[in-house]
Amino acid sequence: MNTAVTPAVATPGSRRSWRAVLRTAAEPWLYLSPALIFIMLVMLVPLVIGISYAFQAISLMNPLESGWVGLANFEALYEDRKFWKSLKNTAYWTIASVFFQFFLGLGLALLLNHGFYGRRLVQALVFLPWAVPTFLSALTWAWLFNPVIGPLPHWLAAIGILSEPYNILSDPNIAIWGPIVANIWFGIPFFAITLLAALQSIPHDLYEAAAIDGASAWQGFIKITLPFLAPMIAITVMLRAIWVANFADLIFVMTGGGPANSTQIISTYIFTTAFRKLDFGYASAIAVVLLVLLLIYAAVLLRLRQSLRLVN
Amino acid sequence: MRTVLTIGRNLAVLGYVLFALFPLYWLLKIAVTPDRLIYTEGTALWPTTFTFDNFRTVIFYSDFMVFFSNSVIVSLCSAALATLIAAAAGYSFSRFRFRGKSIIVVLMLVTQMFPLLMIITPIYKIVATLGLLNTLTSLIVVYTAFNIPFATFLMQSFFDGIPKDLDEAAMMDGCTRLQALRKVILPLTLPGLAATLGFVFTAAWSELLFALMLINSNDSMTFPVGLLTFVSKFSVDWGQMMAAGVLALLPSCLFFVFIQRYLVQGLTAGAVKG
Repeated sequence: MNTAVTPAVATPGSRRSWRAVLRTAAEPWLYLSPALIFIMLVMLVPLVIGISYAFQAISLMNPLESGWVGLANFEALYEDRKFWKSLKNTAYWTIASVFFQFFLGLGLALLLNHGFYGRRLVQALVFLPWAVPTFLSALTWAWLFNPVIGPLPHWLAAIGILSEPYNILSDPNIAIWGPIVANIWFGIPFFAITLLAALQSIPHDLYEAAAIDGASAWQGFIKITLPFLAPMIAITVMLRAIWVANFADLIFVMTGGGPANSTQIISTYIFTTAFRKLDFGYASAIAVVLLVLLLIYAAVLLRLRQSLRLVN
Repeated sequence: MRTVLTIGRNLAVLGYVLFALFPLYWLLKIAVTPDRLIYTEGTALWPTTFTFDNFRTVIFYSDFMVFFSNSVIVSLCSAALATLIAAAAGYSFSRFRFRGKSIIVVLMLVTQMFPLLMIITPIYKIVATLGLLNTLTSLIVVYTAFNIPFATFLMQSFFDGIPKDLDEAAMMDGCTRLQALRKVILPLTLPGLAATLGFVFTAAWSELLFALMLINSNDSMTFPVGLLTFVSKFSVDWGQMMAAGVLALLPSCLFFVFIQRYLVQGLTAGAVKG
């Protein structure tokens, strides 16, 4: 290859430098290649195959009736009441979880930023839920809600929220709050960690200057802390919302989407369709819809960011 | 006014600590409650007597040690592979400027955004075609790939923290780039390598859905799958289930204690993903 490109009159020296150039250009790719190969083969190729499944009938239950079906999966989806319900549940689950995770996380970050005796120990303890494997968080909370071995139903009944101590995970009206509470417990440390890091990067002299000018602590919070945190807040909340919307583990372990699909969200619906019904075509069709929704969400976010920049 | 504020603050801190610890305390409490007492004092705050029988049963007379060792193998192999590959990729991102770099960065970011459940059916089909269902290998490959993008960004931020002058000085002195990497840079990134290793290990340790899909024989179940199967089969053995849960918690907590001090400073580099 090299010799073909190099002019015939070139000296051996320049040929070598050509090779050196090529080698320098290839070097970063050499280091990247194992990572790229893994990502390509395990994530991108399956992604493309998965999208093609959405237009086929692939069910391990009846392997004979497979083949291309066009938009049939999507038409079935449009008629599917379970799907619309899970779409609604996804919004409910995401908004409620992120709302509480964020405000409780912000509160925790502000408390930890203040500094007090034993702060390091407290920080280690309150961040612990973040280290608990998700399946275990789910099981632990499912057990806490169980009236036989968990105290929560008895406490809820004692303060009058429940009429009698029963398992809220089996009540279609409120079952979704079980996984939401577990998700809040699991997610507070994430927001606290990121917001605490952002808080610590605010220069201290700003507060001192404000205090000299006679500003109250509340004014300092509104005028200095919030504007500094705003970009970090916007990014973490928006990305976290995507992550929570896709997060199926808690719900799958705690309720399996039941009772009567009252806790079914899109991602658990994908998983149960694939795992329990082995209907891969239909599961992929739901997944494609989810992907499109996420793309729209991302596009809206980018748009918002641009228009915010223009305002500023 | 000041003292009221301080008291309020301390109470709030106490509230957070109780909320964070209570579920874990409960897990431990039921695990050490003797079987015969579970129904009479299952919901009492404190067990009147306690026992380690549940742990003994789980460790010596159940499949949990098989699940545990499967999980250790899968998590360790995925962590080692992903860290090695991510270190190379992160080094490339940190030390080179080249055409197409931004495309690759975006590509890696995108893999962090799209729902992994999207590819659970094609992965199942591919693994089945290769005859790798019910093998730990399939899980290792899948987990390694899933964790490479995040681990790469993490490693890149660690490499970025090391001044470029160091490798340039080493290369001036006649080292090749690889020698400079091995002798100068890698020793300095050991904490970063350890942190990345830990992150991938814990991620692989707690992954459930792909393991459920790809594994259904008892011999190759990982801990999450084993525990969940146990729960749906013997849902009255509360003490044993929770004892197993406490065991599953151990590796993550060890790692957590280890990275605690890097948490706020170090984690923000790649904190966007939980």
